[in-house]
Amino acid sequence: MAFVSGFCIMTIEMLGARILSPYFGGSLSVWGSIITIFMLALAMGYLIGGRLSTRSPSAVLFAIFFIGAAVFSLPVILFADLIMEPIFLAIEDPRYGSLFASIFLFFIPTSILGMISPYAVRLMVDTQQHSGHMAGLLFFISTIGSAAGTLGTSFYFVLWFEVNQIMWGAVAALIAAGCLILLIHYVQDAQPMKQARHYEKKQA
Amino acid sequence: MKRNRLRLLISGSFLSALLVSLLNFPAYGETIHEERSKYRDITVTQVRDRRCLLFNVHRGDRNQTCMMMDDRNLLVFDYTRMSFAGLLLKPDPQRILIIGLGGGSIPMTFSDLLPDAQIDVVEIDEAVVKVAREFFFFSETDNMKVTVDDGRPFIKRAGIRNQSYDYIILDAFSGDYIPEHMLTLEFLEEVKSIMSPDGVLIANTFSTSRLYDHESVTYQRVFNEFFNFKLPTSGNRIIIAQLDTLPPRGELVTEAQRIAARMEKYGVPLLDYPRRLSTRVDWDMSRRILTDQYSPGNLLNDN
Repeated sequence: MAFVSGFCIMTIEMLGARILSPYFGGSLSVWGSIITIFMLALAMGYLIGGRLSTRSPSAVLFAIFFIGAAVFSLPVILFADLIMEPIFLAIEDPRYGSLFASIFLFFIPTSILGMISPYAVRLMVDTQQHSGHMAGLLFFISTIGSAAGTLGTSFYFVLWFEVNQIMWGAVAALIAAGCLILLIHYVQDAQPMKQARHYEKKQA
Repeated sequence: MKRNRLRLLISGSFLSALLVSLLNFPAYGETIHEERSKYRDITVTQVRDRRCLLFNVHRGDRNQTCMMMDDRNLLVFDYTRMSFAGLLLKPDPQRILIIGLGGGSIPMTFSDLLPDAQIDVVEIDEAVVKVAREFFFFSETDNMKVTVDDGRPFIKRAGIRNQSYDYIILDAFSGDYIPEHMLTLEFLEEVKSIMSPDGVLIANTFSTSRLYDHESVTYQRVFNEFFNFKLPTSGNRIIIAQLDTLPPRGELVTEAQRIAARMEKYGVPLLDYPRRLSTRVDWDMSRRILTDQYSPGNLLNDN
């Protein structure tokens, strides 16, 4: 799951430049805007995700992060032009234009994706002793996912697919990940219940 | 007599251009300025009277612009000369837009040729503007302005303001990085929207690599038909497009005869051009059109 979130973050980031370029060009400052907003959004996500993990962590909320990120990525596919056009008209300087466009397009989905890692650490850690180990492992997996997302998108996906097709792919992957978490959660939940019922029967 | 001299001049400059590329010019030129900008390494070299602007020398890029110090009017490269072929379709443009400054030889030639025309130049790299000013005698005038901006937003904004141009040159594609957002159908539609009814578009593009096919089908979709302008001596391909249907060759020849003399001092062999303008489809029509959704120009450029 950490792999999927890392992968999607970088896929969306790499596509970001392509989505903004028709309005704000391909100058260095456009990349600067995108990276800045992604970093800020992730920072916010880490903070909030960590906070949320302190009170009764649940797999359901964890799944909601994935599905929520997918839902909030939809405007990038469906309304990108509607969002960028007024910004393009209002702000002449492409630096600030691309900065604001990045905020409106990418801040919310990216910060939700940022909540995943710290929350996952909490779900996986049983004892304090293992917390460092688990955090390390999670960051390892999610960062490998980011590397794969960056490479895949910039080397291959843009050659094979349209921007929106790749975005739909990321959305589908996030939703699939969310559903898988829910599925595993309910199956696992059902297991002890079945066992308990079995035990009750035996007792009787 | 005159024509012979002209031909000699042209073949001479071609030979020297060839020689230069064979000898890998930068190693032999004396570097008079080096600078690392936001986008590229900029080098200015000079050998005797020939001063050249180069981008990314270490990666083996070609010269961007060269200038003969003893005859600054002379255009040294085929592709800069070829950019004036559009005059055959639109002989006296009043509003000119040039995307990509380089050493400024194209805008300066226009400014010299048509002092009353309004010339807008858009260059993304302010360091290039500075070098053009300091080393290539480029200077803005009342009629010639440079804007440091990306070409696409500039054109989009011009469209919103209902501005139009008689002569548009897209010259942002030389060098090793291709601005992919300026190869797309949507971009060309935006360009189209700022062309005056009888205006002409000149795009300096690629003659090799897979990109040639993709780009050709994209231009074809937007403009139906265009002149493909190639010279055996040049690696460049110039696309010449108009909103109207293209004029027959006879008209181009007449026009060339009328204005060739004016172009002589810049070394532009206009009389030779009409027969080089072709509408023949020599690309793979089944290639995918480049759009804002699909434009992997840099990935398509390798072979």
